[in-house]
Amino acid sequence: MLTMKDIKKVFRTDLVETHALRDFSLEVNEGEFVAVTGPSGSGKTTFLNIAGLLETFTSGSYVLDGMDVSNLNDKQRSKIRNEKIGFIFQSFNLIPDLDLFDNVDVPLRYRGFNSAERKKRIEESLEMVGLASRMKHLPAQLSGGQQQRVAIARALAGEPRFLLADEPTGNLDTKMAHSVMDLLHEINANGTTIVMVTHDMHLAKQAGRNIFVRDGRVSELHDVSQSEATDAISA
Amino acid sequence: MFTYYLRLAFKSIKRTPILSALMISAIALGIGACMTTISVNYMMSADPIPHKSDQLYYVRVDSWDPYNAFDDPNIPPNQLTWTDATNLTLAGKAFRQSAMARSGGVLEPDNPDIKPFQAGIRLAYNDFFDMFDVPFLYGNPWTDEADINPELVVVLTEQLNERLFGGENSVGRTIKMRSNDLTVIGITKTWEPVPRFYDITTGPFNDVSDMFMPYRLKQELELPNWGNNNCWKPSEGSGFMSRLLSECINNQMWVELPNEQARQDYMDFLDSYVNEQKALGRFPRPLNNKLTDVMDWMKHENVVPDDAEIMLWLSFLFLLVCLLNTIGLLMAKFATKSSEIGLRRAVGASKQALFIQHLVEAGLIGFAGGILGLGLSLLGLEGVESLFGDFISKVAHMDATLVAMAFGLAVLSSVAAGLYPTWKACNIAPASQLKSQ
Repeated sequence: MLTMKDIKKVFRTDLVETHALRDFSLEVNEGEFVAVTGPSGSGKTTFLNIAGLLETFTSGSYVLDGMDVSNLNDKQRSKIRNEKIGFIFQSFNLIPDLDLFDNVDVPLRYRGFNSAERKKRIEESLEMVGLASRMKHLPAQLSGGQQQRVAIARALAGEPRFLLADEPTGNLDTKMAHSVMDLLHEINANGTTIVMVTHDMHLAKQAGRNIFVRDGRVSELHDVSQSEATDAISA
Repeated sequence: MFTYYLRLAFKSIKRTPILSALMISAIALGIGACMTTISVNYMMSADPIPHKSDQLYYVRVDSWDPYNAFDDPNIPPNQLTWTDATNLTLAGKAFRQSAMARSGGVLEPDNPDIKPFQAGIRLAYNDFFDMFDVPFLYGNPWTDEADINPELVVVLTEQLNERLFGGENSVGRTIKMRSNDLTVIGITKTWEPVPRFYDITTGPFNDVSDMFMPYRLKQELELPNWGNNNCWKPSEGSGFMSRLLSECINNQMWVELPNEQARQDYMDFLDSYVNEQKALGRFPRPLNNKLTDVMDWMKHENVVPDDAEIMLWLSFLFLLVCLLNTIGLLMAKFATKSSEIGLRRAVGASKQALFIQHLVEAGLIGFAGGILGLGLSLLGLEGVESLFGDFISKVAHMDATLVAMAFGLAVLSSVAAGLYPTWKACNIAPASQLKSQ
């Protein structure tokens, strides 16, 4: 599903060169639920942005769903993001003056579906996250957990094969976080591949596989001790 | 997608009402100033008779002083003598032709409730009406016979007919001027060519004369000259006839020449006429005859004054300043949307799609600015009219073309102003915006 090999990402300014990822290699299989953990600045968000084609990389190779995405132009990358990838962000990233229906509609608009198809998909995805009855509400009228559910509905409406979640429960209390995690498990059980970046080791443990990132490199969690990982994350 | 972008643009404007109002106001001010001056210039330089302006020619022959040109560099006089205007018209070499002159007199209405008043007269040949497509409400122009052996007939304008006869069909009735009874044979419908191209020498934006009479009645009734009069030598003798037959110029002449061959033939005729007159001891200057069509004649006579053109350029500069302000405001506005732009990029919007979306928003702001600017233009034109009075009232208004131009200019300039802010907004790195919200 996702194969990264020797990915390097260097951020350059006039004065400094920062190596965010160094020889980063990872393979995620179809249907997996992978949690990516690591200390702040370890490169996990950079990895997620590259995986989601939101950023380019300096060297290495990246194959997504059988396609080498290393040298695509903006339009091609946008199309892949729209059709194959769903995003869930820590801060939900809902558009405040659009109601839930229109928020979920955003990716579908760029897909070129007709209005009937869009309506069907929006209603189904809001139904799935339990918010079908509130589709005319604005995001500000919802709790944080509900907003994250809307964001999940938006990510799912295009039926992506690959879901990228960046601290999806970071802004939620424990109860809501559990509810969102339950939803992600349900989505994964339906066949969607999920890669989730998190600081929370308890959430990470709920994933099928854990990846630990340190200094821009990958190590499977079983390569480091649980306490070492926890210490590193909280450092 | 356009309607979707339009809906998003409405929402975006609603989201930042103050910034949006400032941008709309900036564009409206620029458009208001620009359209006020464009309107005046446009109306001043409009083609007053578009379907045949390239077939109507103003006739000039150089009958002036042998030692000094009428105007530099070697420009022939802008009017004709009575003799030349009469000779050229009666020669009948053009498809249509009419000498003309401005005169006036005191009318003495039969109705005792109406006091005698002065009325302007356009003396012309009957071709004047067909040549310039003057519409008639009642009656007809006078006959060819009346041109040769002048009859005491008159064609009134609708306005004068209203004043004298309450607007009824007055054909056949008489009006008294200088103790002469003039028979009304026609009433023209309102006809106000702007500019009043056929006699620019007495002001391109003045009113059409109150009535029309056969040209040769000037001699018959010894009608005074109300137009501009220029002489390069004194008349020989005294009295009306010697003034009339002098080398003073106070007559205009137009001919209708349907094609280039007719124009060339008429030019040859003018040259032979002048050579003939030279043999008689007139026309001491070298051949310098001119046939000038309507638009070139207006250009030659500076119908659009230099001041108006300078004002036009100044107003464009003002619009530019307003647009620079709009660019700054758009950048501020789009900066507030960076997280939305990042999100849209993440879920699949290409840069191109976002670029179009934001240009639609800029265009909508421009359209709103255009509506407000149109109101300001109308106010500006009112101001111009009250400042300069009747002289400018005919050109200080907007027609459908100008209204469309106002919207076009507003939308186009705001879209142009939106290009850089939009390009900048669309090049935001989405990842940075998504994390920082």
